[in-house]
Amino acid sequence: MSFLLGITPWPVASALLWIVLVVGALYLIRATAHSTIQAATQGLHRSFRLASKAVARSEKTLTTRNREVLLAAGREAKERIIEREFDRINETVRKDLANYSALHRSLSESIGRIEKDHQEAVDVPPDPPGWVKAVKAVAEMDAKDGRNHVGSILSDIHKSLIKAHTEAMNAYHVASAKRHKHRRHMRPEWRLIQQSLSAVGKNVDSLLGRSVTIDRHMQEYEEMVGKHDRAITVLSSSSLVNFFVSAFVLCIAIGGATINFSLIARPMAEMVGGNSVIGGFQTSDIAALVIILVEISMGLFLMESLRITRLFPVIGALPDKTRVRMIYITFSILFLLAGVEAGLAYMREVLLHDELATSALLRGETGATASSGYMWITTAAQMGMGFILPFALTFVAIPMETFVHSLRTVVGLMAISFLRLLSLALRLVGNISLYLGVLLKQIYDLPLFVPLWLEERMARKAGDVGMTQRAIQ
Amino acid sequence: MRLLKFVNISIIAMLSLLLASCSSGENLPRNTGVYMLLDTSGTYAEELVKAEHIIRFTLSRLDATDAFAVARIDTGSFSEKDIIAKATFDDRPSAVNRQKRLFAQQVSEFVENVRPARYTDITGGLLQAVEYLNEKNTGSKTILIFSDLKEDLEAGYIRDIDVELEGFDVIALNVTKLRSDNMDPREYLSRLEEWKGRVEKTGGHWRVINDLDGLEDLL
Repeated sequence: MSFLLGITPWPVASALLWIVLVVGALYLIRATAHSTIQAATQGLHRSFRLASKAVARSEKTLTTRNREVLLAAGREAKERIIEREFDRINETVRKDLANYSALHRSLSESIGRIEKDHQEAVDVPPDPPGWVKAVKAVAEMDAKDGRNHVGSILSDIHKSLIKAHTEAMNAYHVASAKRHKHRRHMRPEWRLIQQSLSAVGKNVDSLLGRSVTIDRHMQEYEEMVGKHDRAITVLSSSSLVNFFVSAFVLCIAIGGATINFSLIARPMAEMVGGNSVIGGFQTSDIAALVIILVEISMGLFLMESLRITRLFPVIGALPDKTRVRMIYITFSILFLLAGVEAGLAYMREVLLHDELATSALLRGETGATASSGYMWITTAAQMGMGFILPFALTFVAIPMETFVHSLRTVVGLMAISFLRLLSLALRLVGNISLYLGVLLKQIYDLPLFVPLWLEERMARKAGDVGMTQRAIQ
Repeated sequence: MRLLKFVNISIIAMLSLLLASCSSGENLPRNTGVYMLLDTSGTYAEELVKAEHIIRFTLSRLDATDAFAVARIDTGSFSEKDIIAKATFDDRPSAVNRQKRLFAQQVSEFVENVRPARYTDITGGLLQAVEYLNEKNTGSKTILIFSDLKEDLEAGYIRDIDVELEGFDVIALNVTKLRSDNMDPREYLSRLEEWKGRVEKTGGHWRVINDLDGLEDLL
């Protein structure tokens, strides 16, 4: 510093001299400096824009891929739903149409019986009365023998008429009773026919309902195949919902697994040792964890064999016989593991009591070892939990499948958002660097205000002289 | 399918990592070995009730595969015969509890029937402790000396030897002041300094705990 201020005997003069020299030098290289600043900032601007474009391209590629994944998942899910609907229709048709011949026969028989009863229930006209012949005989006698016997004959006719009337009435009553009996027979047949027809009607209605559902699903499926935006939106939102719901259920399952772990980790030390360590973790803890993981795996295989989930296509594609065998095997293993866990839970309680008794003895509290008579409740509860939790964990397979499927979409969406933000940030930085160049040039010019002012004045003067000369000319 | 492939690879990688960590790490013991020396000389034998309390506390702190021995300090302490109770705890927690109960019982019986010793051979006891713990090859080695640290050897016993205490924690417990210490505290301080010097000279780590209510830092 003293050197800088010592180039003349007067420091102020030295400083002024330096300022003049520096400003002069800066003024001389002004054009070069400006172009350098501009080149640097434009280079930065272009680089950032290029990076932004590359990121935007990646985002587009990812969006396309995510769209394809989403559509594929949606198509697969829809195919499963439609397949299940068709299965249900098939089941209904198989159950009801398989009985169609029996139904038809039953209806025909019922109709035949009704016809027969109807035939027999027809109103029979009564026989012509017997007094017609009697009148004829009276008429003939009246012509030959006179009217001597008319009174007795009429009396006979009267008797005959009464007799015939009584007989006719009796016959009519018998016939009416028979007809009523036949009509009574017809009533259950009608009911039977009505019931059969209403059952058929219900089945047909159910089929119609299912066909409407299938139509709706088919329409959605077509939208997916046609890659419509509406389908994408619906699938995205449902995927997000599925993700959060399945994540929530998985968190609950993790809680269950943790409780299960604490139930069996301590007694595991009795089997594998209490102080051995693998990779920094206690062997008993690892063994307990492995048992729980094996249970979850068995649960997955069981659900897969039951075709409730479809995480392993190999299991789903197995022949039915092998699949059923697999169901029995996985269930047996699960049952055995549940039994083992119940035993370990009991052992845990025993160990806990033993440890408490020892601690009390070492503390010199002899009275503290007495255990309550209700301790069996906690023991039973622990054993019950140890037995039930492995089966409860089996159902983890369902939310896990949903989680795995929705995770792809969610991760894709997150990556897209990140890339979009990155692209925006890069573009922003590019533009900032461009304006930074302008700002730097202005800052560069700031100490050069004196020569620049002079330059401007000279330029104006030169301009004025030129104008005057042009005016004179 | 890709996800399944990823999961498979992750599992394989984790297993490899686990195996690598198992194979690369030195197979060092992690258990604890404790050897406690009880001074039974003269009036100090009356302090043994406190020692029983410390032993019970130590037992509660020890776990599976740890080793613990309690020995008396008498005329000639460099002997296995002076060991009152010893146990290398089993790997199974239930067996450990049984061993602890038996150990506590043995110590109780000893405290009830103890007879004061005429001489105090602390160095012999220390040698025995080092030998025992080296044989057990425990991860950490702690020697507890429940004594006033006043060594009193019978004629003919040679104890002017350096005890190799590299890797050992030597903790003096309940170092009571003698009548002569009260008259000249320099004796007490020089006694402590002398033992500290002997222990640290051969690589040991020396501590003194006189407040028996604060045993949390013992192990």
